[in-house]
Amino acid sequence: MTIAKALRLAITEEMRRDPTVICIGEDIGTPGGWGGAFTVTWGLEREFGFERIRNTPISEAGLIGAAVGAAMTGLRPIADFQYADFMFCAADQLINQAPKMCFMSGGRTKVPLVVRAPVGASTRGAQHAQSPEAWIVHTPGWKVAVPSTPYDAKGLLKTAVRDDNPVFIFEHKLLYGSSGARKEDHALEVDEPVPDEDFTVPLGVAAVRRPGKHITVVATHLMLYRALQAAEELAQEGIELEVIDPRTLVPFDYDTVCESLGRTGHLMTVEEDTRRGGWGAEIVAEIAETHGDLLQAPPVRVATYDAPIAASPVMERFAVPDAARIAAAAMAMVEA
Amino acid sequence: MTPFGGLDLDRPAAPLPERDQALGLYRTMRRIREFEERVFKYFQAGRIPGTVHQCQGQEAPAAGVCAHLLRTDYITSTHRPHGHAIAKGIPLAEMAAELFGSILGCCRGHGGSMHMGSPEYGMPPASAIVAGGVPIAAGMGLSCRRLMPATVVACFFGDGAFNNGAFHEGANLCAIWDLPVVLVCENNFYGASTHVTTVNKIPRLAERAQSYGMPTETVDGNDVFAVHEAAGRAIARARAGDGPSFLECLTYRRCGHSRRDQNKYRDHEEEAFWLGRDPLDLARARLLDDGAATEAELETIDRAAQEEVRAALDYGEQAPQPPGAEALRDVFWEGSE
Repeated sequence: MTIAKALRLAITEEMRRDPTVICIGEDIGTPGGWGGAFTVTWGLEREFGFERIRNTPISEAGLIGAAVGAAMTGLRPIADFQYADFMFCAADQLINQAPKMCFMSGGRTKVPLVVRAPVGASTRGAQHAQSPEAWIVHTPGWKVAVPSTPYDAKGLLKTAVRDDNPVFIFEHKLLYGSSGARKEDHALEVDEPVPDEDFTVPLGVAAVRRPGKHITVVATHLMLYRALQAAEELAQEGIELEVIDPRTLVPFDYDTVCESLGRTGHLMTVEEDTRRGGWGAEIVAEIAETHGDLLQAPPVRVATYDAPIAASPVMERFAVPDAARIAAAAMAMVEA
Repeated sequence: MTPFGGLDLDRPAAPLPERDQALGLYRTMRRIREFEERVFKYFQAGRIPGTVHQCQGQEAPAAGVCAHLLRTDYITSTHRPHGHAIAKGIPLAEMAAELFGSILGCCRGHGGSMHMGSPEYGMPPASAIVAGGVPIAAGMGLSCRRLMPATVVACFFGDGAFNNGAFHEGANLCAIWDLPVVLVCENNFYGASTHVTTVNKIPRLAERAQSYGMPTETVDGNDVFAVHEAAGRAIARARAGDGPSFLECLTYRRCGHSRRDQNKYRDHEEEAFWLGRDPLDLARARLLDDGAATEAELETIDRAAQEEVRAALDYGEQAPQPPGAEALRDVFWEGSE
């Protein structure tokens, strides 16, 4: 099952289980349409109707604001952006409203809101390419999930729907496995069997995707797969990367990472966001402050260079980390 | 625009509602006025922290609209929320405690003046980002439609919100989805110090709101009975499932925009006209003229409001301050409802 289908299954199951769950977003619930930009909500209106699969105008502030208002008054909305880049149109609602309502009410108003947003460079140019997780990670009041496998996509989305707080789910365009007219060039195939049964994946529990003894690599989304590819290549040279998929950035599973560091002594983060102030910087700083004794060498951040993403595929490939860049950084680290 | 701000002075006076309701409107306005006046004194004396945006002079929209609402109905409010909170029924003592930052405040000291609210009374924390509450009100309307038919939302905002995108996005959602939302624009002619005519080519905001495809009305927002009558129509429409309305209430601040503002940017003729039309005085005169109340009855209401407000502020000032570490609570939902 692809990630797009796993997400759709999670939404379907949660909407069947709980009549207060609704979807709200642009280009969803349009018969003959796409089911959101990447097919996740495709066809859901046939089972749940247009009242629960709410198509909106191109009004990001409006739709997120409406989702916040609905969440405060008894519904459990799943709101989605076509591209994560568009979330800045709704910045007030995402930064000033949604994550502060519970707090400002003195803990008397809950906001069970899920926001979904596709990230990642995909040869669409600077405004359909960003991986802006750090903006939300920085803002108190949000939980942040970054699923990279179909199993996690389903389990984390179901957990998010049941959470009584705002949960942001960042999904990667090249991992969805969208098909038909919405198929992405250069997409990865991350199909795997996903149980039909009702399961959830807890927030704040990382998964070790590949064991290794030399470097602890924390990577998400597409960068997770590129780190695994680098690990495969380096293994032939006798360098073993332990690749950890944090699955959520808030809360973040420092225990699993530190346990790994106890064995490797080397920390690398790999992210598709630009480097300055990215989530990798936060993980590195936190571990340096609280578990500096575990680090046998300065930590390394591999990230997209600090520039907007160019439309040229050649330039995009240059700016975004690939397996070779990750491998080179790892080599430099063990050789130092 | 004339100093009247487009107010239709020839419009016949709205009929008085029945006596209990009419007196109730006066009482709500008096409670708001007393609260605001006393809060202002406390601020002047440095006894309340932070800042405050007050609504002396703008009591009628809050009172006239909320008189039609049940406790289960919702409102959204702004950085100037005290009047709305009082009219929606939040106890004055809880509000006062909130202003003092006490743990006994309606937001446990986390909200303060600009985020006044209480879910028990259908008021989520007021949003101090201009127009931020409009899309939120649309979403609350979605909840009403799906979970609580016949429940409605009154969304309060000022003329300043009208040129913010969030207003237009929210108003459009209310319209296309036929949501049970009444958009209540308190047009006090100034966004902070900026006059409405300098930032709107068409300063009759109701005229612009009409383009969303909803009924609109402009009323004398200093005449609580006029507001009450028009709001009654809009709210009945929302309750019946017939969709949103836009109600523009022309009103005027008798206070500064915020605590130290002296209103030096206001036109003298305009000021004289509007300050001569105190909504409390207008209501009082009308009640007496129509024989709906006696001087003695109104004075009883005034004295009771004075006493209630005095007690509330005393309570708030003496209410316990939180430990500092309370600052880290409620970032996430901790409790059950």
